[in-house]
Amino acid sequence: MSDRANRKPETGAFFPRDRNWHAPALTPGYKTSVLRSPQKALLSLDGTISEITGPVFGHSMLGELDNDLIHNFAKPGESAIGERIIVHGRVLDERGRAVPGALLEFWQANAGGRYRHKKESYLAALDPNFGGCGRTITDDDGFYSFRTIKPGPYPWPNGVNDWRPAHIHFSVFGHGFAQRLITQMYFEGDPMIWKCPIVNTIADRRAIEQLIAPLDWANTIPMDARAYKFDIVLRGRRSTMFENRMEGN
Amino acid sequence: MVQALGTLKETASQTAGPYVHIGLTPNFCGIDGVYDADLGTKMVSERTLGERITVSGRVLDGTGTPLRDALVEIWQADAAGLYNSPSEMRGAADPTFSGWGRCATGAEDGLFRFDTIKPGHVPFKDGRPMAPHITFWIVARGINIGLHTRMYFPDEAEANAADPLLLRVEHRHRVATLVAAGSAPNYIFDIHLQGEKETVFLDI
Repeated sequence: MSDRANRKPETGAFFPRDRNWHAPALTPGYKTSVLRSPQKALLSLDGTISEITGPVFGHSMLGELDNDLIHNFAKPGESAIGERIIVHGRVLDERGRAVPGALLEFWQANAGGRYRHKKESYLAALDPNFGGCGRTITDDDGFYSFRTIKPGPYPWPNGVNDWRPAHIHFSVFGHGFAQRLITQMYFEGDPMIWKCPIVNTIADRRAIEQLIAPLDWANTIPMDARAYKFDIVLRGRRSTMFENRMEGN
Repeated sequence: MVQALGTLKETASQTAGPYVHIGLTPNFCGIDGVYDADLGTKMVSERTLGERITVSGRVLDGTGTPLRDALVEIWQADAAGLYNSPSEMRGAADPTFSGWGRCATGAEDGLFRFDTIKPGHVPFKDGRPMAPHITFWIVARGINIGLHTRMYFPDEAEANAADPLLLRVEHRHRVATLVAAGSAPNYIFDIHLQGEKETVFLDI
């Protein structure tokens, strides 16, 4: 957190969200959204101190295997089955600045496309050595990495024959609660991405392409694991000089 | 041609999906042993200053059915109205209170519950006081981008009447969707995703 400690305090409000870039709330191709989408206009206003602030998570909360999904649920001496991969990247804001100290939490299906969850009904087998969750915190330059196995695609009840492309869910905290984000990472070259009703809730192809991690050959570890690179961009914030002074500031 | 602004686009949101618990509350869904405890489940310790309260409620869909696969996070100031954040420039918040909580809605009843403290007043951008409030963020299967809203307190009628955000709500009967029911110390805040009682959600 030293980089963050050396920075000037960040007290500017966040750039407005581009609501045409994100999926709208109502996307009938993804059926569950029909009854869960607000229908009235959002109340828009510039962020207050309740949104420009956010919780801080320290590196000390992390366990040794939190960023290793191959081993963090496995029995001693065993490991999860599947294609071994490293997922790494940076968390940046819309101004291109690194976001240090960002808590990332991720979850995914196993190599056969099965989640470890009591509501899951897919007939693919559970892997006794794979839990499916992990977390890490970005370093002073906004970098993160974790090890896992490549998740499998799986069918889901929406249309008669809808399948999810292989993906990893990400939950991200920035420095302000207004930056809170959940998204999904997809894998380069997967033809199923473009058939997925959840992917296609996003109208702008460039926004979808930003969710697809390329195979990162240079960072692949010989005889061990291939690397995929996934950068995440959070809302930027105005510098303090563009703000009205807050009381007591 | 002009110079490029050089800004990046925010990563697009995608739904948290039906298995959000695996990632964010693994112990809640039976994945034991990876983390000691789920994050955000314990907000208050014996040393935390302030009036103890509970905030419970449900997230309801357009038919009035509670979501049993939603996840709710809250963010709030401490009893003195200070946020435990590096962006808080007005003073040091209570070090025993992070101000952040996370709770999955119950698999049977759809209820969430937070044991927390009542937040103090915090100022709006122009210095006017905002009424005590708790920021809410809701994600679930079927919600494409997390929903922000606020809960205000039913026993703060005078402060609520002068609250700069509540004053911005054009259709005045909708202000009630942002005010909890119940009374101290147990407040109830139901969040309606759709319908006549649709909660006012914020683009903030």
